[in-house]
Amino acid sequence: MAAMLKVKIWRGAEAGQFQEYEVPRLESQTVLDVVTYVQRRLDPSLAYRFACRVGVCGSCAMTVNGVSRWTCRTHVSKVAADDHLEIAPLRNLPVIRDLATDMREFFDKWAKARGQFTGSQTRKDEFAAVKPESKERKRVDAAIECIGCGVCYSSCEVVTWKPDYLGPAALSRAWTLVNDVRDVAQQERLAAVAGDAGCHACHTHLNCTERCPKGISPTAGIAGLKRAVLKATLKGEI
Amino acid sequence: MRGEANVRAQVLLWGAQRISAMVLALCVVVRLITIIYAVRNGLSAAEILGRTRGSFAWGGFYALFVAAVAVHAPIGVRNILAEMGWRGRGVDILMLLLGLTLAMWGWRAVWAVVA
Repeated sequence: MAAMLKVKIWRGAEAGQFQEYEVPRLESQTVLDVVTYVQRRLDPSLAYRFACRVGVCGSCAMTVNGVSRWTCRTHVSKVAADDHLEIAPLRNLPVIRDLATDMREFFDKWAKARGQFTGSQTRKDEFAAVKPESKERKRVDAAIECIGCGVCYSSCEVVTWKPDYLGPAALSRAWTLVNDVRDVAQQERLAAVAGDAGCHACHTHLNCTERCPKGISPTAGIAGLKRAVLKATLKGEI
Repeated sequence: MRGEANVRAQVLLWGAQRISAMVLALCVVVRLITIIYAVRNGLSAAEILGRTRGSFAWGGFYALFVAAVAVHAPIGVRNILAEMGWRGRGVDILMLLLGLTLAMWGWRAVWAVVA
């Protein structure tokens, strides 16, 4: 373990350049620790986002040595080849400044994919009984832990090629609702996720599945959506 | 979006490409086996025509093969062009023409060895 890390950090917005810093190498150091050290000790003008520091909030995702990751849960020892780090903002999102991206479009796409639950009951009704072992509930469980960090969206090449593509996170969210037996907006949702800008644009590259820090497979959900949408289309519902 | 095929058409195109891919997979396997079998004793035009002339089975098989290609290829090319930024009604019409051209050429070739 070298005494110092050589760290390149993106400075600027869409146009900008990497700036190099030297940061003391510590035991059990995370990439977020490195960024925080730079901002607190070397250059207070550095912009970046974080909140919980323990992998709960999903706000500290960045591109570390070319790979989108949560910086708080990434140990330097795991990624710093030859004690070098290159830290950039997430891909496929407009850069506001330095390491902070504009995530509006990412979340707008969740809304476009009908990522909101639409129920039909009131608080006066009984709780809906959903059996934990039912097929639908198991599918929901497989994808429900998403915290919207944007790592999958940043890793998806289809988003790069087709900027209007809804992306893995929004589609995976839609898939959890397609399997929510209480939801009553299924037809609208399937229509919203269908077609060239929706689930059918997915190439099954599995980058999202490979990179998701929560171990979710948006690819599997998207494959489920493709089948569900085709079925609904053949039935004339779309 | 204006000038683009509607969502229903987009989904049906995707379905058509999946189904044509399944047909193609089967056709390619049959064709590869036939090639390996056919070239055992060298290959001659007379031998090929002897097998195909008047054969409803081979005529039907290759007509289906051509149909699958004519459906599959233009949809795939359309997807590739869309990712390169070429979208809209013009591209869709061009792809329809590509499909029709492939079908015409292919079926003409099938007719030539079967009739």
